Amino acid sequence: MQFGIFTVGDVTADPTTGRTPSEHERIKATVAIAKKAEEVGLDVFATGEHHNPPFIASNPTATLAYIGAQTERIILSTATTLITTTDPVLIAEDYAKIQHLTDGRVDLMMGRGNTGPVYPWFGKDIRDGINLAVENYALLRRLWDEDVVNWEGKYRTPLQGYTSTPRPLDGVAPFVWHGSIRSPEIAEQAAYYGDGFFHNHIFWPAGHTKQMVDLYRRRFEHYGHGTADQAIVGLGGQFFMRKNSQEAVNEFRPYFDNAPVYGHGPSLEDFTEATPLTVGSPQQVLERTLGFRDYVGDYQRQLFLVDHAGLPLKTVLEQLDLLGELLPELRKGMAEGRPAHVPDAPTHASLVAAAGGAHDSTVHAVDDVTGTTDREEVTA
Amino acid sequence: MTKLVVISAGLSVPSSTRLLADRLTAATVEALEEVEVTHVELRDLAHQVTDQLLTGFPGAELAAAQEAVRAADGLIVVTPVFSASYSGLFKSFFDVLETGVLDGKPVLVAATAGTARHSLVLEHALRPLFAYLHAVVVPTGVFAATEDFAAHDLDSRVVRAAGELALLMGKVSRVDSAVSVSVRRTTQDEFAEPTPFEQLLRQASGR
Repeated sequence: MQFGIFTVGDVTADPTTGRTPSEHERIKATVAIAKKAEEVGLDVFATGEHHNPPFIASNPTATLAYIGAQTERIILSTATTLITTTDPVLIAEDYAKIQHLTDGRVDLMMGRGNTGPVYPWFGKDIRDGINLAVENYALLRRLWDEDVVNWEGKYRTPLQGYTSTPRPLDGVAPFVWHGSIRSPEIAEQAAYYGDGFFHNHIFWPAGHTKQMVDLYRRRFEHYGHGTADQAIVGLGGQFFMRKNSQEAVNEFRPYFDNAPVYGHGPSLEDFTEATPLTVGSPQQVLERTLGFRDYVGDYQRQLFLVDHAGLPLKTVLEQLDLLGELLPELRKGMAEGRPAHVPDAPTHASLVAAAGGAHDSTVHAVDDVTGTTDREEVTA
Repeated sequence: MTKLVVISAGLSVPSSTRLLADRLTAATVEALEEVEVTHVELRDLAHQVTDQLLTGFPGAELAAAQEAVRAADGLIVVTPVFSASYSGLFKSFFDVLETGVLDGKPVLVAATAGTARHSLVLEHALRPLFAYLHAVVVPTGVFAATEDFAAHDLDSRVVRAAGELALLMGKVSRVDSAVSVSVRRTTQDEFAEPTPFEQLLRQASGR
């Protein structure tokens, strides 16, 4: 079971001071948060991809590579990568490159975007959202899995004899999760490929999560990737904790009341009841989190949102310390009663092992005239 | 069992909007053989409607109301007139309803206001809204100004509209004269087979 954090990189005023961080501060804070996540023993750091203010989450690959250079162990991921509006050829290149740079410490999560206009900004039509996610991912899969691709589709120019470089590290593509709140087509897509399915599981009632995960598990089994309870499920989550429960509520309330997404709406009490948000003591966060299994079954990855709504960096780092202290209990609790046949989340190492070992999949250029590669010329 | 859901957007308690909704409900229930009625008073759901606008998901009571609407065989919707249209709360309830829920659903539209000068709000605001939502709006809408609550005329419109709704919803227990009014006769019909004068006399006297 993996634990980690995910961020959307919002630049939000701290409602208690009225101060808004600069983009520079927020970008640097994101790096500090990721490094802290590794320090406290978390397994995953994931960043979103937004292309509009007030977010600094554009160009996630630069952020991830930069963090990758300053960390040793933590898995770098996305939440989410825009499979709709990003050229799949670029995604194939970018994430294979990060795989090489970080020695396989990368996977990614596909999503469709945070705001309608992101489609026209990249020359797409939001009404094609699902179709773009389906076609683009089908191409991405082939670019990673096949050395030479001939391809023709509706949404980008055709490819003839195309090789995406660099080839995936050790001949194994990064693991892919598909994220969606309530589009059954995306659960179906994740199941079809035997990929992971991630439910954002914040800001929404657990019923949305359950219905998507149930569908994904059912169809994962249908497509022959294993039994339903072996499907690879990830969940989001959100908490604010202090040693004393009332302190947590008092400190978080102004951030909650003014937060983007849900601020100025339901009360903190109503919202914590209706959604997986937990504000309270570490014990409360522990119990609530362990309870997620009651409606999704044993799962593989739990990511928390800890750095939004204008919380200052210092507070976020304190939250990560508390999460680090809670980790042994979380791991122990999640392991309890977990059947042996439920797999862990795939990692680069496990994928390489499943593929029968690493192999160099470098594609060497072929001379158009002689039909030989440079490698053959050298060895001849 | 036929399911009728009545949505009323009046804000005061008691409200004339609810009063009109109750009269329309009673007339519809009378016209149907067996019917289960659910009242949705939007005032009680106002906070949750706003919350859903902000969060994207309904609170428990609003979710129950939406489920009732989804399962309904027909709706009676009544709004007060605010600033030349339906009230914001009334509109918001339908704004947060999931797409497709009203497809093909019979809807009786009704409105209340202080004066009769607002009466075309049914045709200019409510009808287009429910046409957009792909509902089947019954031909007779019922508008009641304050003064209408003292007039006989309102009752005949209530009964006619309720009869039309009942016809669209399913089993009708009795087809009374008010319902049959919706089967209009044209001038050509009169030339082919004139309405007997005794009947004209009865109609002229309103009975």
